[in-house]
Amino acid sequence: MSAVQPIDLPVDPETRSQLRGGEREIEREETAVKRTKRRLTSRGATIAALIIAILWTIPTFGLFISSFRDRNDIQTTGWWTIFSNWGFTLDNYADVLQAGNSQVTIASSFINSIAITIPATLIPLVIASLAAYAFAWIDFKGKDWLFIGVFALQIVPIQMALVPLLSLFSRGVSVGDDWIFSGVPSGGTFSQVWIAHTIFALPLAIFLLHNFVSEIPREVIEAARVDGAGHGQIFFRIILPLTMPALASFAIFQFLWVWNDLLVALIFADGSVAPITKLLAEITGSRGQDWYLLTAGAFLAIVVPLIVFFALQRFFVRGLLAGSTKG
Amino acid sequence: MSDFLTWVGGLPALAQIPIVVIAFGIVVALILFFVEIAPRSGRKYTIIRLAVCIIAPFLAFVLIGSVWWAALIAAAFGLLFFWLDRRSSQGAGYLFQLFGFLAPAIILLLVGLIYPTVKTFIDSFFSSRGNFVGLDNFAWVLTSPANLRVILNTIIWVLVVPTLSTVFGLAYAVFIDKSRGEKFFKILVFMPMAISFVGASIIWRFVYTYRPEDQNQIGLLNQVVVWLGGQPVQWLQESPWNTFFLIVVLIWIQTGFAMVVLSAAIKGVPTEQLEAAELDGTNAWQRFTNVTVPGIRSSLIVVITTISIASLKVFDIVRTMTAGANDTSVLANEMYTQFKNFEYGRSAAFAVILFVLVMPIVIYNARQIKKQREIR
Repeated sequence: MSAVQPIDLPVDPETRSQLRGGEREIEREETAVKRTKRRLTSRGATIAALIIAILWTIPTFGLFISSFRDRNDIQTTGWWTIFSNWGFTLDNYADVLQAGNSQVTIASSFINSIAITIPATLIPLVIASLAAYAFAWIDFKGKDWLFIGVFALQIVPIQMALVPLLSLFSRGVSVGDDWIFSGVPSGGTFSQVWIAHTIFALPLAIFLLHNFVSEIPREVIEAARVDGAGHGQIFFRIILPLTMPALASFAIFQFLWVWNDLLVALIFADGSVAPITKLLAEITGSRGQDWYLLTAGAFLAIVVPLIVFFALQRFFVRGLLAGSTKG
Repeated sequence: MSDFLTWVGGLPALAQIPIVVIAFGIVVALILFFVEIAPRSGRKYTIIRLAVCIIAPFLAFVLIGSVWWAALIAAAFGLLFFWLDRRSSQGAGYLFQLFGFLAPAIILLLVGLIYPTVKTFIDSFFSSRGNFVGLDNFAWVLTSPANLRVILNTIIWVLVVPTLSTVFGLAYAVFIDKSRGEKFFKILVFMPMAISFVGASIIWRFVYTYRPEDQNQIGLLNQVVVWLGGQPVQWLQESPWNTFFLIVVLIWIQTGFAMVVLSAAIKGVPTEQLEAAELDGTNAWQRFTNVTVPGIRSSLIVVITTISIASLKVFDIVRTMTAGANDTSVLANEMYTQFKNFEYGRSAAFAVILFVLVMPIVIYNARQIKKQREIR
């Protein structure tokens, strides 16, 4: 019998499992956090933060409450009186879905928004990642200049490009009697909006995705090349999976941007293909005092981006940070 | 292509999504496929390459319905293969690959940004009837009092929005840093970023709503004024203050952006520096101005420039809230208004002015990013 018989210490199950796993409770980190917290947070700062948070949330909250209130209640009393005159209804939503202009209702413009946004998110993403790969991993003469040129295109405000692009779409280009480009069908199709959003997204998308694609270790690409993979396979099998987080965050960004856009929609999506933002802006102009329509309509328009935001906000934040602090 | 898009356009809206996405996917897959086999040697691949040279122009001819494109593409591919043989030092199929990866983006940018920009510049020297008028459009913009007001408003937007958004965002980021429930606090202020400008405009129009004195107020701001014993005000009609009430909306949206970016930057400031400063006997404010702010300088510049560009181009808020009435118009809105009135020359002039104003900000930003990269 050996002298150093291990003793069964009376420990609680949590510690035992920790011991078995060889883990140590992370005390150090926690105390450090506590220490800095004590040092940095003062009561005044917390109160100021609370006030800002409340000020920032109340307008949206008020709209949300109002959109469920009875039509007459909205027009005569403030939403903060909801506790004294209780009552919720879905009538506003039923009404606003039928509202609209002669060509399209809010309900179908909501569908239009979806039909505009999904292709206008996917197409530029793919085209931009192709270009980003070429800029990062294919050597060619004048690469740097071309890349700077693409980056510099961010200077161009889209207002500069709207009108000529519209006339290009509608007229096409011809030399003599032959059409070089016969134009894009106008009126009643989404193609103009898709193409316009794709083009306007490209400079920023190429720039951001290039940052991610070029950060992939050279060894990975070279190993694949030694194994006989061409550029096509490298792009499909290595670049796409490895940059998926970056692609996802840019996709969310682009999705929100396209969904929320008004200017491009006003120029390119006329008539029956108008997205919900355009219809809402119209209703605001023509029926600006009908708050039962406006509150419900506005909430319909922001519900999709809000869902995307809350579900994927981690990616969204990452995308923002990539666009701003990353060089 | 035109025919295809016309056909797709006739389908129900939701049915168009998969068709277009799949069609686009097939094109990309084809490009990747040809890029992949381009450098391979062997008779099979040579035949496939040759087939591309013949099929691609033919498809272009069928899809676009143009002899010109067919000729152009055939010439391009012929040239490509000529080069392929000549520049074997780069590896076979090199240009073919480069073309496959870059051409879609470059062609779209040429057609959709470079050509229209040049065209807008040229248009700004022509009248709406197409006569050359020199600088008349610009003279019209810069001499009429209403338009000067538009430019002044734009300048006010650019000065006020970035400053206040950044100040609020920075203060909030500092206040909630390492506090309990930081994530939740962040989400509250960040949320307006996800809301469309149109939605935000309606939200704030509701806050600003006016009812005559003898009625119940339904707008929160006027109710607060009444509670404090004042008279209800028509916030959006009284110039020049109405511009500032519109500006509040953009600040409300952009503060979240500033806060998220700056909060991340603040977390990147080394704790050692803060602790060293504390040992030297500095108070919280001194630590903030002497350690934190220099530490996040590059992020501050990026935030301010990004918000400046956004406020220069602001359109949706003005359009939805006042449509530019009561002296609230800005450049982007006026550009659209002139376009709607078929004054293409004047519209182009506004766009050019906007371009000139945006340019220095973007160039400065680009140079900062370049500098930052050289440090790394």
